[in-house]
Amino acid sequence: MAAPWVSLRLVAPMWNGTRGIHRLGGAVVPEGNQKKERKMLQFLNNHFYDVEALRGYLLQREMSKVHLKNRFRDKEWIRPDKYGHFSPEFWNFREVPVEAVDASDCEINYEGLDNLLLLKELQSLSLQRCPHVDDWCLSRLYPLADSLQELSLAGCPRVSERGLACLHHLQNLRRLDISDLPAVSNPGLTQILVEEMLPNCQVVGVDWAEGLKLGPEEQPQDTASPVPA
Amino acid sequence: MIRRVLPHGLGRGLLTRRPGTRRGGFSLDWDGKVSEIKKKIKSILPGTPCDVLPDTSHLPPEHSDVVVVGGGVLGLSVAYWLKQLENRRGGMRVLVVERDHTYSQASTGLSVGGICQQFSLPENIQLSLFSASFLRNINEYLAVTNAPPLDLQFNPSGYLLLASEKDAAAMESNVKVQKQEGAKVCLMSPDQLRNKFPWINTEGVALASYGMENEGWFDPWCLLHGLRQKVGVFFCQGEVTRFVTSSQRMMTTDDEMVTLKSIHEVHVKMDHSLEYQPVECAIVINAAGAWSAQIAALAGIGKGPPGTLQGTKLPVEPRKRYVYVWHCPQGPGLETPLVADTSGAYFRREGLGSNYLGGRSPAEEEEPDPANLEVDHDFFQEKVWPHLALRVPAFETLKVQTAWAGYYDYNTFDQNGVVGPHPLVVNMYFATGFSGHGLQQAPGVGRAVAEMILEGSFQTIDLSPFLFNRFYLGEKTQENNIM
Repeated sequence: MAAPWVSLRLVAPMWNGTRGIHRLGGAVVPEGNQKKERKMLQFLNNHFYDVEALRGYLLQREMSKVHLKNRFRDKEWIRPDKYGHFSPEFWNFREVPVEAVDASDCEINYEGLDNLLLLKELQSLSLQRCPHVDDWCLSRLYPLADSLQELSLAGCPRVSERGLACLHHLQNLRRLDISDLPAVSNPGLTQILVEEMLPNCQVVGVDWAEGLKLGPEEQPQDTASPVPA
Repeated sequence: MIRRVLPHGLGRGLLTRRPGTRRGGFSLDWDGKVSEIKKKIKSILPGTPCDVLPDTSHLPPEHSDVVVVGGGVLGLSVAYWLKQLENRRGGMRVLVVERDHTYSQASTGLSVGGICQQFSLPENIQLSLFSASFLRNINEYLAVTNAPPLDLQFNPSGYLLLASEKDAAAMESNVKVQKQEGAKVCLMSPDQLRNKFPWINTEGVALASYGMENEGWFDPWCLLHGLRQKVGVFFCQGEVTRFVTSSQRMMTTDDEMVTLKSIHEVHVKMDHSLEYQPVECAIVINAAGAWSAQIAALAGIGKGPPGTLQGTKLPVEPRKRYVYVWHCPQGPGLETPLVADTSGAYFRREGLGSNYLGGRSPAEEEEPDPANLEVDHDFFQEKVWPHLALRVPAFETLKVQTAWAGYYDYNTFDQNGVVGPHPLVVNMYFATGFSGHGLQQAPGVGRAVAEMILEGSFQTIDLSPFLFNRFYLGEKTQENNIM
């Protein structure tokens, strides 16, 4: 490596300061001397193959971290074998269906949803502010159509109106929160179209008058303490 | 340094005034001379373009391991996978030659951008499934440091294929194959259709198949741009005009004489000039889309008595297809999938503002002339609109906003792609002829061709039914679900 330790020092503070790989793309506005550091980094990146390779490697590592967190796909869940029989332990939990899942701020992604989709009696799902939930993930939610009544997608940075279009499978949905979705191009119009698509559902989050947008709503995790709307 | 020395050295001796003032017979133009000398020194210093040699930056390199003819999504995909799968980083030099850098007639940019797994051939289903996972993880495959992440604008709304009575049985068996391969498709009866999509008129529909996941449409330009910025290959804007081949006569085991050809040079002609560059190469990939047959003919494919292997031409020709965009305020809502009617007409939503786009493949007798990309609006009035209005009554009041035309690289033999090497021209590989579903299969096909070149055989998805041999042997790999 031509410029080993100097470049490491420059790169390290950047990575400590950011949480996800996509923050580097410019989604977070840098300020002050972070901007100077980024310019210096960009300059080095353009002129040294080693810096570029190192940043590529660090990017890959961040991505594999997310994969690692979502690796418990076929493990740790009690599932039937090919004859449709469950192992005896499952009978202990049989009377306890999972009704609500709160996955807010969780790094769940497309592969990780495998676990959630097996919960056939899931009634409430909260995916607020999940950084890796995008349109592809929403297209996977249709197996929960029979039971899901409440869904919250508030604050997910990668959900757009194209992903919201696949929610029409969830005909039992009664409450849908689509507030604060930065990737939706026209929130007011999207709200109207989603309401038309799901006539029995109360769609919350966006005012038709786009001047004022409601902040992300707090979802009650147990119905004992309702939140004033 | 010299600049400063000159005036000093001269100033003391000859001139006591500033240069520019003359007296007596002096006509030495010091200013001009000094600036000339400055210019010469600047041109010799490193970092500035030296004008001594002619500029060849627009020409392709003189040697290249692989030359990809055609810079559309298939060509770029092959180039990308060659670079991904090569054993040593930087081990292969790949040159992509594209005639038109504006991509004004390229099928990729003019495409409707759909991806679906509802095919009848298992290989096609596998290719589409892989492409869907490629597009889903596109930022892991095509990430470039410091560039913003790619946004494909993917609409995961699925495809809805409608079948009449006579096609219902075929559709059922197709869906069985699709489910076996892992596609998430479900069958729907007319009642279920009416329930789910109240704007559909189910007259004449016996069965429908609906893709639930991994199906939809996306922005093809984004994929093209992503591939282009990622691949570490050489791009050249030029047209391939000649292949220089060398032949070898060999004897087969049945004591027949066979002439095997190998391309060792490609002549790339520059735009708007007669200048051309001969590029020495080891492998040529024909990904020229609608014009693949011309490239194949340059290599001598098809020049021979008909009925023999030498005389088998590449049966890919350009076919013009129209796409119309219309506005219909009371049309189907946000949940609309890409609907393909029993008559062959198809449509999908475009954006949030009640715009739709769609078209229909004309029957064989009505094929439009592929010489240009002019749009025939009467075709919409007579052949597309009636079917749309029948299927979706809301479309009786629609207003066409715009339309365009693009080419299918139509395989007249069996409407499926041609992938793999040619039996006689041993180093030409095909990746073309996908007849309208090239975009959705490009990642999978690119990987297959790269595997064929690097490993010698297909490793992940076996595309042997798509080899060139089938044209000579007459074995059709027919795909029934072409739109």
